[in-house]
Amino acid sequence: MTTFTGTARLTRLALRRDRVKLLVWALAVPGVAALVAQSVAGIYGTEQDRIGYATTSAASVVARAFNGPVSGPSLGSVVTAEAYTMLALLAALLSTFAVVRHTRQNEETGRAELLGSAVVGRHAPLSAALLTTLAANVLSGLLLAGVLIAGELPVAGSLALGAAIAGIGISFAAVAAVTAQISGTARGANGMAAAVVGLAFLLRAAGDAWGDVTVDGMRVVSAWPSWLSPLGWANQVQAFDGNRWWVLALTAGFAALAVGTAFALTSHRDLGSGLLAVRRGPATAPRALLSPVGLAWRLQRGVVLGWAVGVAVMGLSMGSVGDEVGSFVGDNEAASELIAQLGGTDELVDAFLGTMMAMFALAVAGFAVQSVLRLRAEETAGTLEGLLATALSRPRWLLSHLCWAALGTAGLLALAGASTGLGYGLVSGDVPGEVARLTVAGLVQVPAVLALAGLVVVLFGLLPRLAVALSWSVFLLCVLVGQLGALLELPQAVLNLSPFTHLPAVPATDPTATPLVALLVVAVALTGLGLATFRRRDLAIG
Amino acid sequence: MTAISVAGLVKTFGATRALDELDLTVRSGEVHGFLGPNGAGKSTTIRILLGLLRRDAGQVSVLGGDPWQDAVGLHRRLAYVPGDVNLWPNLSGGEAIDLFGALRGGLDPARRDELLRRFDLDPTKKCRTYSKGNRQKVAIVAAFASDVELLVLDEPTSGLDPLMEAVFREYVSALRDAGRTVLLSSHVMSEVEALCDRVSIIRAGRTVESGTLAELRHLTRTPMTVETERPVDGLADLAGVHAVTVSGPTTRFEVESGTLDPVLTHLARFGVRTLTSTPPTLEELFMRHYGDGSDAVPAERAVPAGTR
Ligand SMILES: Nc1ncnc2c1ncn2[C@@H]1O[C@H](COP(=O)(O)OP(=O)(O)O)[C@@H](O)[C@H]1O
Ligand SMILES: [Mg+2]
Repeated sequence: MTTFTGTARLTRLALRRDRVKLLVWALAVPGVAALVAQSVAGIYGTEQDRIGYATTSAASVVARAFNGPVSGPSLGSVVTAEAYTMLALLAALLSTFAVVRHTRQNEETGRAELLGSAVVGRHAPLSAALLTTLAANVLSGLLLAGVLIAGELPVAGSLALGAAIAGIGISFAAVAAVTAQISGTARGANGMAAAVVGLAFLLRAAGDAWGDVTVDGMRVVSAWPSWLSPLGWANQVQAFDGNRWWVLALTAGFAALAVGTAFALTSHRDLGSGLLAVRRGPATAPRALLSPVGLAWRLQRGVVLGWAVGVAVMGLSMGSVGDEVGSFVGDNEAASELIAQLGGTDELVDAFLGTMMAMFALAVAGFAVQSVLRLRAEETAGTLEGLLATALSRPRWLLSHLCWAALGTAGLLALAGASTGLGYGLVSGDVPGEVARLTVAGLVQVPAVLALAGLVVVLFGLLPRLAVALSWSVFLLCVLVGQLGALLELPQAVLNLSPFTHLPAVPATDPTATPLVALLVVAVALTGLGLATFRRRDLAIG
Repeated sequence: MTAISVAGLVKTFGATRALDELDLTVRSGEVHGFLGPNGAGKSTTIRILLGLLRRDAGQVSVLGGDPWQDAVGLHRRLAYVPGDVNLWPNLSGGEAIDLFGALRGGLDPARRDELLRRFDLDPTKKCRTYSKGNRQKVAIVAAFASDVELLVLDEPTSGLDPLMEAVFREYVSALRDAGRTVLLSSHVMSEVEALCDRVSIIRAGRTVESGTLAELRHLTRTPMTVETERPVDGLADLAGVHAVTVSGPTTRFEVESGTLDPVLTHLARFGVRTLTSTPPTLEELFMRHYGDGSDAVPAERAVPAGTR
């Protein structure tokens, strides 16, 4: 008996157990491709249309980041550009889940233990999971090539795209094989593998965004980060254009390395355990937790950090399009004359960035409402009862949460400004200048968000049972006034009710202190009122 | 010395009058049972004692202070185990215990470890994975490891298995021996019988009885069974005797305390072979307060002691 004994039997078992899932998957990938191919053939029917598409896509940073590098004006290339992200993510995630399902999840449910007692080698379950996933990827890649060939696309290009997408699936199956050894739970293994997919996507997006456009203006030469990503390699095959099959050697090498690592790790752990133990907590509390502020941070940090990632990504991508606002108009003579009358492209870009900052203010207001409503969440969850029965006063408890809501708001808006500045600076050439200027523009939004947050505190103090519904309603009204107020020609008195109406439109105009100070005073007064009413009321338990 | 004194306490929730002139006196150093069926107002009273709810009327004093005005100062001197222990899902049990301890002003690490061992609680598990009983253990360990004068325990054992209940009783006895005051709410008779020096029984927001177990027992009838050489007759005519059934040599009846002497004299004439009497359990006290009269008996009041 070897450590691989039983692999064939387990593979058959896995194929039978997963037959519906595998079938859906094998059909989903070619199905998406067929739909995209059909719509592309309709929209970009002529060579002229496709040259336009390729030129615009190659020139647009956003298109490069999200769709990957375009490679020429052939029908196949356009289909590839349009379908690529969807196909790549489907293949990557479905492969990940399949491998975890047949390894870590089996161990978790104890099914593996049952099998392990039969004649099954130590490496057999992982081998079976990988073989099953490999089979599914090969099948789905062949079907993908098949539907494209049936759609009268070139055979070589169709096969190359099928192989490239299958390669993505196999690469991430190998990644999941490793994370399934590291994490002790299926959830953790899937999460880690999905994080690797996300990282691969970011590397590819960055490499393609920073890439150069070829002389003909219809192709992109990606920068080095794309070459570090399995998602990038599939692009570099350049299906329907270069058909560079040799790039797939990188995919094969990466998958082999990862699978080897996974097998090596299997030998070093017990069944049911991961290299990282199942997430337990510490037996005693760290000092940082042992204060109201420490506890509040512990409860709020996940939300704050999640928002930070989202805001940074949004800022970077929005900032990097700032340039396009200028260049887009620059091409159009009539428009550029109009713009010149308005004050020039710089003003246009600033107006665009100002609008971005106003949108960030509303988005971060969503964070602030969520963060302040944590007060109510603690009350309804019943944890507040136990806390206030200790020597913790109501004001201290309330302020411990509000301090994170306020700091989080300021931090997120500064980050929104800084990341937008970084994105715009990278395309316009002045990184430090733009980062500084837009960070200030972000911070200018803070008082309006805090004023809204103050109102949420009052609602929590006065009307705890309605606080959640009312707070989100007020938030939605602010969004509506901000987005549609001018369009609907609402009277100024109504517009003035939203704190966001009073913000100066930085960076297009210089910040003025008066409205900002006034908004801060309102925020503090509302918080004080909320605190006073909360001190006076019953805990609204249940 | 009184640790807790409550007089004429009223609390309404909208149309519901949860507490209706409730009285309660807990002396320092005693374990006081706070007994009542579900919905009687035990938790509401306790939350007022902790300054979590505001009273509508009445006098309340806890450790000599006003629980609404002096909440923070008083809370340093007491520990509370809520009826429904809710914890933060992403904290470990150990972290929650340390947090409560720290917010109360510190706990004894050695005692904490001993309690964890005795209550068989794994402090490294995340609170989201704990059962109700384990969440209760977290609150109990945190309360017992704190050096406080007063413990307020709201139905603390409702999720514990019998083994853990025994450990819990042991610790409560030790607390009494150490001179601490305990207010223990319950609707489980056996628990109160086993642990408490004095008991207050409440019903629908009012105190219906208060006293030592012995004092309360005298309020009720003692069921007796007697075996005699000749069949008993004439017993039902005696004052204070109820529910007489005679079947051959065996006679069953209930007798009010204080009227036993003439009954025994009467029985002696029939040649007593054996005589057994069962003192009333708190359950029977409950039946007397809630089981007769026009009010319907809610199902949970009819549940025998020790079963849930
Ligand atoms: N927050 C509340 N809102 C409305 N009614 C309540 C509230 N809390 C308790 N009550 C009512 O008050 C009465 C007493 O409840 P409670 O003190 O929880 O009883 P116990 O703890 O003795 O079971 C019940 O009728 C209950 O429904
Ligand atoms: Mg209760």
